[in-house]
Amino acid sequence: MKYTEDHEWLRIEGDLIVVGITEHAATQLGDVVFVELPEVETMVAAGDEVVVIESVKAASDISAPVDGEIVAVNDALVDTPALVNEDPTGAAWFFKIKVDDLSVLDQFMDEDEYNDLIG
Amino acid sequence: MAEELHRLGLHDLHVARGGKIVPFAGYEMPVQYAPGVMKEHLHTRSAAGLFDVSHMGQVILRPRGTYEATALAFEAMMPVDVLGVAVGRQRYGLFTNETGGILDDLMFANRGNHLFVVVNAACKAQDIAHLQAHLAVTTEVIPVTDRALLALQGPLAEAVLARLVPGVVAMRFMDSLVLSWQGSELWISRSGYTGEDGFEISIPNAQAETFATALLEQPEVMLIGLGARDSLRLEAGLCLYGHDIDKTTSPVEAGLTWAIQKARREGGARAGGFPGEDRIMYELANGPDRKRVGLRPEGRAPMREGTALFAPDATPLGSVTSGGFGPSIEAPIAMGYVAAAFAALGAALMGDVRGKHLPVAVTELPFQPTTYKR
Repeated sequence: MKYTEDHEWLRIEGDLIVVGITEHAATQLGDVVFVELPEVETMVAAGDEVVVIESVKAASDISAPVDGEIVAVNDALVDTPALVNEDPTGAAWFFKIKVDDLSVLDQFMDEDEYNDLIG
Repeated sequence: MAEELHRLGLHDLHVARGGKIVPFAGYEMPVQYAPGVMKEHLHTRSAAGLFDVSHMGQVILRPRGTYEATALAFEAMMPVDVLGVAVGRQRYGLFTNETGGILDDLMFANRGNHLFVVVNAACKAQDIAHLQAHLAVTTEVIPVTDRALLALQGPLAEAVLARLVPGVVAMRFMDSLVLSWQGSELWISRSGYTGEDGFEISIPNAQAETFATALLEQPEVMLIGLGARDSLRLEAGLCLYGHDIDKTTSPVEAGLTWAIQKARREGGARAGGFPGEDRIMYELANGPDRKRVGLRPEGRAPMREGTALFAPDATPLGSVTSGGFGPSIEAPIAMGYVAAAFAALGAALMGDVRGKHLPVAVTELPFQPTTYKR
């Protein structure tokens, strides 16, 4: 598992990267009440805002961590946004992205580095 | 702008109990505790929630002469019947300006030989100056700075508070009484800003922590932050000053005509004679150009404050002034102002959410039925 400074986790699944948000991020957001996912087969660039998450408190975005193609999205989150709080690192993955080269993941933090970041 | 934030008397209690502290209206305030906004909100609706609202302004209006002279002078500041409020009763009021806008909303109580007033935190300093400017001749305006203000809200609030202060059982909605607890004087009103039955309790700072702790020891009571306070009042269709009402919105546009009693209206015993009379009387007679309405987005996306509202043909109509998710409604809810022609219940409008026009319907307020004990 790798981590971004935006509190996303990235997990390799075959030739895809699965993206979600960390437990820390989910706690900070508070109770999630709305999730808007990207269309599948969308080409995205790193930094593009691809997901909107709204908690009771406020709206925030999730950016694409790398360049690639969105090949799957987790529609369960649209019907049950609370999954993001209940199981952020499991059932509440957001999207899967196909990249040319999985070595793009090397730039991201490992678990120890991420834990240092959130202190 | 880097003004120093005030700290609540119960600050340490909030921190010790896991309060997440944020700046609000010049104060360091707990926005939520460990359970989070959703659970805090739902707990208040099903049991009892304790809110620290000590940031709000408490003011005593003590007559220099007769009570009646003070009541009449106070009445001249707003389109509200002050004189008609019986001893031991509280009423909602609105300071208006010369153009009929709202300077602040407030609660005031007739306490026999004086009035007790509670104003919004963000307007506190200007309200006190405003009161002093208008009441100097008749009244001593005394800011109360040595008392905390707590709100206990929810269906079990009465049962819980009665264990400490049995006298509250006899109170009904908008009663205001002085009762005692362990030798200190509590100023209690049966009111609040959640739509639930409940109480607001002013208590000397020195006893506030002991009292709050005693309430929190009751199994039904959960400490509630500002986040849930906001979602509760939005579900109850209540206005938040600076958002749903301000210097530009009139009480009539805001749908607060229930706060303008007969005595102050055309043909009433003391009709007119308040700031903004021309506009307010005109709008009472002819209807306002725009109205505050309840809004229910059709989809799941919340429409937050500032969301622009349109007619189906894309004509701009106004905007959302408070919006979010209603935990008890289990759906997004909002309030906002729209041109009067589009304010009818059921009117189908559009709201601009991140560049997309999404359907939203004008809905009855409140979203959540109130449970006041009348």
